[in-house]
Amino acid sequence: MGDNILEMRRITKTFPGVAALQDVSLAVAHGEIHAICGENGAGKSTLMKVLSGVYPSGSYDGEILLDGKPVNFRGIRDSEEHGIVIIHQELALVPYLSIAENIFLGNERRGRSGLIDWNRTNADAAELLASVGLRENPVTPVVQLGVGKQQLVEIAKALSKKVKLLILDEPTAALNDVDSAHLLDLMRRLRDQGITCIMISHKLNEITSIADSTTVLRDGQTVERLEMGSGEVTQERIIRGMVGRDLDSFYPDRVSTPGEEVLRIEDWTVRHPTQDRLVVDGASLNVRAGEVVGIAGLMGAGRTELAMSVFGRSYGRDITGRLFMHGKEIRARSVAEAISNGIAYATEDRKRFGLNLIDDIRRNISSAGLRKLSRLGWVHDNEETKVAETSRRDMNIKAPSVLSVVGKLSGGNQQKVVLSKWLFTDPDVLILDEPTRGIDVGAKFEIYTIVNRLVADGKAVIIISSELPELLGMCDRIYTLSAGRITGVVPVGEATQEKLMELMAKDKETAR
Amino acid sequence: MTSTKPSSAAAKKPAEGAPAAALHVGTSDPRTLIMNNLRQSGIFVALVVIVALFAFLTDGLSLSPGNITNIVLQYSYILVLAIGMVIVIIGGHIDLSVGSVVALTGAVSAVIVIKQGQPWWVGVLAALAVGLAVGAWHGFWVAYVGIPAFIVTLAGMLLFRGLTLRVLENISLSPFPTEYNQIAAGFLNGLLGGNGYDAFTLLIGAIGVAGYVVSCFRTRVARIRYQQPVESFALFVARMVLVSAVVMWFAWQLAHARGLPIVLIILAALVLVYGLLTRRTVFGRQVYAIGGNLSAAMLSGVKVKTVNFWIFVNMGFLSAVAGIIFSSRSNGAQPAAGNMFELDAIAAAFIGGAAVTGGVGTVVGAMAGGLIMAVMSNGMQLMSVDQSMQSVVKGLVLLVAVAFDVYNKRRAGSSR
Repeated sequence: MGDNILEMRRITKTFPGVAALQDVSLAVAHGEIHAICGENGAGKSTLMKVLSGVYPSGSYDGEILLDGKPVNFRGIRDSEEHGIVIIHQELALVPYLSIAENIFLGNERRGRSGLIDWNRTNADAAELLASVGLRENPVTPVVQLGVGKQQLVEIAKALSKKVKLLILDEPTAALNDVDSAHLLDLMRRLRDQGITCIMISHKLNEITSIADSTTVLRDGQTVERLEMGSGEVTQERIIRGMVGRDLDSFYPDRVSTPGEEVLRIEDWTVRHPTQDRLVVDGASLNVRAGEVVGIAGLMGAGRTELAMSVFGRSYGRDITGRLFMHGKEIRARSVAEAISNGIAYATEDRKRFGLNLIDDIRRNISSAGLRKLSRLGWVHDNEETKVAETSRRDMNIKAPSVLSVVGKLSGGNQQKVVLSKWLFTDPDVLILDEPTRGIDVGAKFEIYTIVNRLVADGKAVIIISSELPELLGMCDRIYTLSAGRITGVVPVGEATQEKLMELMAKDKETAR
Repeated sequence: MTSTKPSSAAAKKPAEGAPAAALHVGTSDPRTLIMNNLRQSGIFVALVVIVALFAFLTDGLSLSPGNITNIVLQYSYILVLAIGMVIVIIGGHIDLSVGSVVALTGAVSAVIVIKQGQPWWVGVLAALAVGLAVGAWHGFWVAYVGIPAFIVTLAGMLLFRGLTLRVLENISLSPFPTEYNQIAAGFLNGLLGGNGYDAFTLLIGAIGVAGYVVSCFRTRVARIRYQQPVESFALFVARMVLVSAVVMWFAWQLAHARGLPIVLIILAALVLVYGLLTRRTVFGRQVYAIGGNLSAAMLSGVKVKTVNFWIFVNMGFLSAVAGIIFSSRSNGAQPAAGNMFELDAIAAAFIGGAAVTGGVGTVVGAMAGGLIMAVMSNGMQLMSVDQSMQSVVKGLVLLVAVAFDVYNKRRAGSSR
């Protein structure tokens, strides 16, 4: 084991009342890409926080060896000086500073006078950008870049710190397929230059394609270390390690018996709120009771914009088109109207748009359907608690109580709170936007099961997802969206990833 | 964070046995309960400590019947403002204009009552109307135009101060007729006689205590019927006894001074109404939701603009109430009235646990925060501490209180 750049031995970290990590060991060889996977709450992030010094030496038990020598990090700066850089899932860039300023933030290039040497800053930045393959002017403000490019800026920033061990936490969670592929390529190149990478990811196909070895965590303990080189380790094999059981099938079975049409959208057109272009252009679709309909599209195709504009005109301007519920035309000019017409929309970004993170589970669940719990403006709070308790049981929300603060729950449990909230409004049609983003395998399966239960009860569900296997596994029909236009609708029996991708990539001219 | 698993005893009890069960069940570990509510109860502990400290420093003078009456009279309008302010802050806004609005409403009332000789209640109604109009003005700009409240109310602070000067034509007006003056300076006493003390005050205190105990007991019974955790019965009784004792002692002290101040009745009614409004109504929930996560509230069907508008209308209304009380207490209207009141009200809300980022805070907390400021100022005055030092101490207390709060939150936040 002499060629290990990093060894973490018997790391134990406890928080009041819970052991987040128990005797976890991790070994990473020089110049490899090492994946860490495990369900949410398995301890992946905690382990990385121990490694990067967020939890300083002394607040945990066990030892960390870097290049064979024991190290005790007192903080992030300390670990960075040793060449360990962590890039978090939520990017830490300052939006209105330029790329170059962001790269050298806290590490500014100074001239002899002590003032910042802008020429050197921008020249060095340009060089770093070239090495990560980002063709942008270093003086461009970061806010003008997409998430994928911002990710590259973060990596350039890490390179500027002479990184030896780069930790990426869910690097592709927010990226589309093209950007993801680009990022994985870059990781391979960095590895070839001798930079060791640790990658936390839920996307098992990425792990199998890129990682040299994988450590699987479960419930704060190391389950196993898998060598990936032989190509024998499959996704199913990793899942088995993560959940400790075989998922007999990734998507639960469902007998599809679609009934009457519930929602029909006709000729829906939406203009961008600030720019003069159409984000959704003449889209028409429908969904029937007991049916799951998917919407597939690349980033920027207008999927979320379509859903949000239908949901009480929460997005865009100059919206035209007609909505029908159960064959009757409805008006849904505000979210309240949409809700009372039986439409629910669970957002793709639950932290920013879905939940009040500082409030408890109970009040988050009741927040969209408070009218049902109130009379003459008075909230019946015991009844509210009862509703929340029922949801907690039905949805299997893992929390000590319904009074637990939502911000402290894992992603999967937060998503269950979001679903509970919308189910409490008793909708006829439920639009789920990226319902399993950033959620571990076990919780994904639970969410799929919940969706199947809903359609079995006669609800109509629309799923928007970037993961084609998810759409293929869950839906009855899949609409494809490209540049704001519906480019096709494929029954799941005839759909393949290739076919969908072809329709999603149809350009504007041929879209109709 | 809070451990609220229904205790096994509560879960087993059949629903119809609830009133009887109320006597027996509960999570009995007082330490958990205290720790769970540290953030909320910390402020009350601080209040008790400060009261005790000044009682000690002033040889008990600060707790004398006369002084207690004084504190009520002297700081009631700040507490009224703090009620509105904490709601504004929970909604994620701020209001810098309340001092000017206090001055303007008092001035309008003074012009109508003193200059034009109208009856006292015309002045009161006019002041309330002006307050509501000012609130609607702020609400319009904040909610419907989308200007940050900081800017809107900063403008309002200048604007309404200027209008006050206009209305008063730069001179003070006084005195008010007796009826108007009674609002802040009057007492209800002697209605039932008493021997060296006012029996009526004691009766009102007793009614208040009885109402409190009954409502707490009913809440407890209802919670048990819904199989929710409650404190152990012993602790429940201890709490009731403690609260009753404090209220009755307070009433006893008032009864030995000049009786029940009218302004205290107004204040108590406002605290009760707004306490319920924030905790138990849809509107209150929506204010918390907006302050906690604006986008999520919007996508949950909360009519954010409407709610924001009414938050400010309400602040205008309470500013007018404070303006009436203040003008009545100072028995006239001055161009510089209400200067810096906004800062006292904001300080009360923050000391009382409201969060700068919105979404957190309680009316009761703000009252405790305001009382902490009041007891401190009053105590330092009794000790003849220099005005300059009083200001220094108040500033430090505000800073320490919020720092403690931030520290607490960080500790809570880092547990995962």
